[in-house]
Amino acid sequence: MGALAHLLDFAGWERSQAESLLETARMMEEVLERPMKKVPALKGFTVATVFFEPSTRTKISFELAARRMSADVVGFTGAGSSLAKGESFKDTLLTLQAMALDAYVIRAPVAGMAHQAARWLEGAVVNAGDGRRAHPTQALLDAYTLLDDLEILEGRKVAIVGDVAHSRVARSNAELLPLLGAEVWAAGPAGLLPERLAGARLTTDLDEALEDADAVMVLRLQRERMDEGALPSLREYVAGYQVTEARLARAKADAPLLHPGPMNRDVELEGTLADGPRSRVERQVRAGEAVRMAVLYHLLVGRAA
Amino acid sequence: MRFKARVLEPDEIERALRRIAHEIIEKNKGAGDLALVGIHTRGIPLAERLAGLIERFEGVRPPVGVLDITLYRDDLSEIGVQPRVRETRIPWDVTGRPVVLVDDVLFTGRTARAALDALVDLGRPQRVYFAVLVDRGHRELPIRADFVGKNLPTSMQEVVKVKLRETDGEEGVELWER
Repeated sequence: MGALAHLLDFAGWERSQAESLLETARMMEEVLERPMKKVPALKGFTVATVFFEPSTRTKISFELAARRMSADVVGFTGAGSSLAKGESFKDTLLTLQAMALDAYVIRAPVAGMAHQAARWLEGAVVNAGDGRRAHPTQALLDAYTLLDDLEILEGRKVAIVGDVAHSRVARSNAELLPLLGAEVWAAGPAGLLPERLAGARLTTDLDEALEDADAVMVLRLQRERMDEGALPSLREYVAGYQVTEARLARAKADAPLLHPGPMNRDVELEGTLADGPRSRVERQVRAGEAVRMAVLYHLLVGRAA
Repeated sequence: MRFKARVLEPDEIERALRRIAHEIIEKNKGAGDLALVGIHTRGIPLAERLAGLIERFEGVRPPVGVLDITLYRDDLSEIGVQPRVRETRIPWDVTGRPVVLVDDVLFTGRTARAALDALVDLGRPQRVYFAVLVDRGHRELPIRADFVGKNLPTSMQEVVKVKLRETDGEEGVELWER
């Protein structure tokens, strides 16, 4: 098999590609269980993290993943304001291009920027989140975490709850999870649901989404992104859509609970659930590292013609 | 590829492994603390068989681990294909014990080099032995095996095919030509 060219979203992906990547991630997790968590696989490769939007945890996760594989890492954090201008984005990338790096992990506030970067740059591009559009490594780590609990995703019902409209996490999961056979439901108040979401059934009825769900994924309420009027009030949201112990009674008995973080405790999720036995939040962080190691391996090894 | 010769029959493989098991026990002065690590793919069933033979001769079965060397290959930055990363599972402490690395064929020595690096990343073995079913020569690194089933002089155009029941459904070693 050859290398993956870029990881931008899951358009055009085949199930076997996703499965092979998740299988590599499982092998990478073994490396993370060792006393000495480092392998020489990506020695000589240089990975840039290019973040035009702040995100501590995703950036650290990618950098750790690259270092565990012995890649060199350089970090670039663009000021949010200068970035809104398309030209400065391009200039930044062309500067990086001149340094002839092997992979670029790009986080951008505007949809499509990673795709654009993939056209400008010669190395591999990983989309680490672009606007509302996609966050493929998050979906991969979610799938990985779900597979831990459910073993297979074929025929499993996954409920995604909350601010679906603004969520690239929801969008990427709605692409990836059905590819692996899962049935995805997305629930939220009408103002926070997109008009359509390929791969998912949309509903304003939270109970319907939770009914018999094998797993529940709670999204962060992105208050900083919310348009005026999208949400009547926070109190109303909590009353209608907060995932609580009582509401989870409709889901399968041990249905795992995922959250991409950072979490607004007692807003989208009842605080006690976050630390409860269903919570896979810490598991997701570890899965994220293994998945990102696998992504870098799939992008970089086998690239030389 | 063209078939050239049958090099080892099933009973010869069996006898070679029995001899290697005896040699391991002799060199290690018993099976105490000993552990075996099979290198993917065919090193794994060979390590399992050696563990079974050592148990038969000494009454203790050494633990067996599985090692994949993919992440330790020295050509990952220059190859055009992507090798699949396979499982590494060594569920016992490597540190302080004699470990026998087991592989089917010793050729350039690059796999053994990678396996040594991988092994010492997992701990600090008291010492490391290397056992192979076939040594076909053409070393590119200063590596040698401590235990060899059969020394087989080959040309670079020749291919040594090891077939084992566990991985191939049949048993034997053959010489082919490209």
